[in-house]
Amino acid sequence: MSEITRTVRIGSSHGLHARPAKLFAQAAKDAGIPITIAKDAGAPVNAASILGVISLGVEHGDYVTLTADGEGAEAALDTLSELLTTDHDAA
Amino acid sequence: MAQLRGVGIGLGVAHGPVARMAAPLPAPDDNPSAIGADEERARVQEALAAVARELEKRGEQAGGAAQEVLEAQAMMAEDPTLTNEVDASLAQGKTAERAVHEAFASFRAQLEAVGGYLGERAADLDDVAQRVIARLQGVAAPGVPDPGHPFVLVAKDLAPADTALLDLDQVLALVTTEGGPTSHTAILAREKGIVAVVGVAGAAELADDETVIVDAAAGAVTTEPSDDELTRAENRANARAAAAGAPITDGALADGTAVPLLANLGNPAGAAEAVALGAEGVGLFRTEFLFLSASSAPTVEQQRASYAELLAAFAGKKVVVRVLDAGADKPLPFLNDAHEENPALGLRGLRALRASEDILREQLTALAEADEQTRKAGSGADLWVMAPMVSTVDEAEYFTAIAREYGIRTAGVMVEVPSSALLAEHIFAHADFASIGTNDLTQYTLAADRLLGSVAGFQDPWHPAVLRLIREVGAAGARTGKPVGICGEAAADPLLAVVLVGLGATSLSMAPTALADVRATLLTYSLDDARRIAEAALAATDAATAREAAHAASDSQKERTQ
Repeated sequence: MSEITRTVRIGSSHGLHARPAKLFAQAAKDAGIPITIAKDAGAPVNAASILGVISLGVEHGDYVTLTADGEGAEAALDTLSELLTTDHDAA
Repeated sequence: MAQLRGVGIGLGVAHGPVARMAAPLPAPDDNPSAIGADEERARVQEALAAVARELEKRGEQAGGAAQEVLEAQAMMAEDPTLTNEVDASLAQGKTAERAVHEAFASFRAQLEAVGGYLGERAADLDDVAQRVIARLQGVAAPGVPDPGHPFVLVAKDLAPADTALLDLDQVLALVTTEGGPTSHTAILAREKGIVAVVGVAGAAELADDETVIVDAAAGAVTTEPSDDELTRAENRANARAAAAGAPITDGALADGTAVPLLANLGNPAGAAEAVALGAEGVGLFRTEFLFLSASSAPTVEQQRASYAELLAAFAGKKVVVRVLDAGADKPLPFLNDAHEENPALGLRGLRALRASEDILREQLTALAEADEQTRKAGSGADLWVMAPMVSTVDEAEYFTAIAREYGIRTAGVMVEVPSSALLAEHIFAHADFASIGTNDLTQYTLAADRLLGSVAGFQDPWHPAVLRLIREVGAAGARTGKPVGICGEAAADPLLAVVLVGLGATSLSMAPTALADVRATLLTYSLDDARRIAEAALAATDAATAREAAHAASDSQKERTQ
């Protein structure tokens, strides 16, 4: 099993703060494997850390890179990508 | 029983168990750990988990948007990155408290560096940090209490951020140890109709869960009340609730002297509530809301639509509109661009408009057009327009002349500066009316910045120096036959309202929620009574004794009539 990486564009109209950040960090934690998130070419942070995720200051339309390593990495990144590209604040 | 004295807001009375708002904890000292890293780590893990579970539990109780925020806070408490930072500090021999403090502070700095929306998250983070440190130290968590039942909130003073988190349905009454009648707590209490006594120094000794009676009419908090006292408080609260449901009549004294009761409004959207509460018109319409969110002035068309909405809501009634009052606490980028050392004494109010006269002319154009438009539609009001912060006779002449150019029928000035109060008779040579802004008049009379907590004690409109200035304006109005309105917080204090009428005020304007109490109080005194009570207050040497003298004079009046 090797490390896999995916770059996605943020769909949430308010970026990745507050509620979307919480949903994302919760999902990353539930995945049970190490996952990181980085904004553009910045340093990756633990995706399960809500504080790390919030402090990236990710806005709507920004690109982020997810990296996962371990059992079920592919499925975990599918779930997280889906979360990031959805507009949670639209509802 | 014992009585603690303070300044009551309104006439209400309530009783219930105290819940204190604990003061923020100081940063823990950076002393080396006495018990070792492993023990400290166990303490941290326990505290973080306990705080996270507590926040989740509160979230479940709160539901909705609050639940999302509280769950996010719970995740912050157990954040893996945070735990790593704490562990690193513990390994250096720090205490659990200090390690938690430092880790949260470092994240806070990161959030602040990102700025904008994230600044608000910094407050959430602070709240979590305080809870964890309080748990480690075995003390109560700071912030707004949530005992799970209705309570009397006792605090030093409330900040806007605190009241945002406050579940007002659970608050029976507010008691603060600091803050005056114009503090944020007092304004909130008036707006929401909450029983409050502010500036009760003795309340610092009140303990959680002890039962107290909070009597705003008496400006007192009664500790260890007897059953008899509790019953009387309950009866009064019930009677007051019944009075609030009484038919709404026009404002008048016991002898039938009319004292129109008007509403202070900051937005046309507030009109319906004001009418429902019996406002006989608008005594102060603040136009700043149209401008505050804008980096440039709104267009004449935008303004006209807002003014027309307001006038139509008060068709056939008096509506006093104040032109833009920028500066000091309400800076506007397109009016005040220069840095001022003393903005309260700077280019503000009419001074700022005179320096940017096109903005004043556009506003008057929009007001005149809205007036004409609503009159044609049959929904016209009696539009009066006034200028803020007028400090010279020349300014009164300048403003009223320019307003009349646009066909404004009734043009007046606000009296907020002692110079205008002292020269009121000359000002009335130009102005059709005066409206006294008691908050600023107090600030300028006592030379105490309204926005500065350290001098908040000076900001009391009961001060006899302020009352004497108001008397000057009232007397000048009577001599010249010109109306004198009051549109500061002072008019919302029922007994002070009586005093103001005794000093010559002909109408009172206030937050709409204060109307019922003021209406009921005015009905219990004649004009002669009001003058006598005012004389008692004028003879005092300071605000507290003026208030006491007025209370004594009003009590003896009540006894005579009973």
